[in-house]
Amino acid sequence: MKYMLLINSLGIDGEAGETSFEEWVAYDKSVRDAGVFVAGESLADLTTATTVRVSATGERTVTDGPFAETREILGGFYVIDVPDLDAALDWAARCPGARAGNVVVRPVAQFD
Amino acid sequence: MMAGVGPSIEAVFREERGRLLAALVSRFGDLDLAEEVASEAIEAALVHWPSDGVPPNPGGWLMTTARRKAVDRLRRDRAYAARLAILQVEAERAGPAGPADHGEGELPDERLQLFFTCAHPALPAEDRVALTLRCLAGLTTQEVARAFLLPPATMAKRIVRAKKKIREARIPFRVPGADELPGRLPGVLQVIYSIFTEGYAASTGPDLQRLDLAEEAIRLARILRRLLPREREVAGLLGLMLLVHARHAARIGADGELVLLADQDRGRWDRAMIEEGQALVVAALKGGPPGLYGVQAAIAALHDEAADVATTDWPQIVALYDVLLALAPSPVVALNRAVAVAMRDGPEAGLALLDELAREPRLHGYQPYATARADLLHRLGRHRAAADAYRQAIDWAGTEPERAHLRRRLEECETCLREADD
Repeated sequence: MKYMLLINSLGIDGEAGETSFEEWVAYDKSVRDAGVFVAGESLADLTTATTVRVSATGERTVTDGPFAETREILGGFYVIDVPDLDAALDWAARCPGARAGNVVVRPVAQFD
Repeated sequence: MMAGVGPSIEAVFREERGRLLAALVSRFGDLDLAEEVASEAIEAALVHWPSDGVPPNPGGWLMTTARRKAVDRLRRDRAYAARLAILQVEAERAGPAGPADHGEGELPDERLQLFFTCAHPALPAEDRVALTLRCLAGLTTQEVARAFLLPPATMAKRIVRAKKKIREARIPFRVPGADELPGRLPGVLQVIYSIFTEGYAASTGPDLQRLDLAEEAIRLARILRRLLPREREVAGLLGLMLLVHARHAARIGADGELVLLADQDRGRWDRAMIEEGQALVVAALKGGPPGLYGVQAAIAALHDEAADVATTDWPQIVALYDVLLALAPSPVVALNRAVAVAMRDGPEAGLALLDELAREPRLHGYQPYATARADLLHRLGRHRAAADAYRQAIDWAGTEPERAHLRRRLEECETCLREADD
């Protein structure tokens, strides 16, 4: 079963634990070595984000941001394929992002 | 229900429903299917047993019947069967060999994994309680709703929501490994203990005690104790609940009013239950560091062993509260410790400790805190301050019997005030 791990960091004012680049590399390697990796990326800085909305009349609005109105900022994700929620929670707990912020675990919807 | 066989059928179902459900969940990996065919098997028993007699192995009969019904259901619904087949493959991938098929013999006891699923931290706390009562205590949704004074529709929605999350987020049916158990067991114990406290001191509503919930909690803890005989905190929890519940007959007066520990007729305490609790305290505290429930059970045992409040071993109780505070600091435990210190060293010493806790946010609005202060002030002859504290306590009380009790204390206090003024 596929789960997405949404890796959030806390905003500037949040109390975040320290993580190192090496820890992320090691975690990424362990996800791939275990054969559970489906997809995963880390996202560029939030200042590079752009938001698009389309109104009911089909008019397109493009705005800069969003900026840190929210305390939690999505910084990256993994999609993993594991047997059950407990296994997904284990992978989430091992992610350095769980110490620096939080990791939200969401099952990928199945349409069958 | 038909006369004669009725009570025995009821008893069998009460005890076997959770076992049957757990075995079916373990076999098919699906709670909905398990509930459906468990109910059908019980309905079949209600039809056949009154005329054919109760079979020699009722649990095995129910399991066989339910399994046949599940196989029929899966034959009819191929898509459902395919989904379950995937679940089975995944379950095998997750852990060691799946549950063995026990054939027609004894019903295997798979309830432990169901305990952990129902108390899974991914579920909201209120859903864990509802699901545990539904699946393991074998209560109907209506019974669970009544116990919590909630409309059946609300409770049904809660149970449906919990089952949906188990199914769609795929919360597994498994017993956590030895390395995970210390992290997960407290969650299971917490569910049982909150069922007990809900039943014992109903926080809302007209009735002070709803005995059925307290007894359901004890029944669940007994099951868990049989499943995890080496876990000392399970012994501690069962011991604690028995040692508290042993006093229940003395806790309510002739007119339904609350009777405090100090005023209870100790002859009405259940001695057999106390003895069982005492043995569990020993099991809970020997062979390792003390746990939260074991220490609380030991405190309850000291109260139960005393002939009256005056001869209670207060120094030992204070020492146990110190252990408890070291294990898990909490303002409520600090409050209880202050009351014990007042009994050991006098009201002045206790009041000083209570005043230190005055700014604890968790004690603001907490009726026992205001009551403890009022009692100590009253004993010190500071009646005006005591009356104020009783009024505060009445304001914060959650049940009518509590308020009635506190109003009587306030009247006593006001009588003392008038006498002092005269």
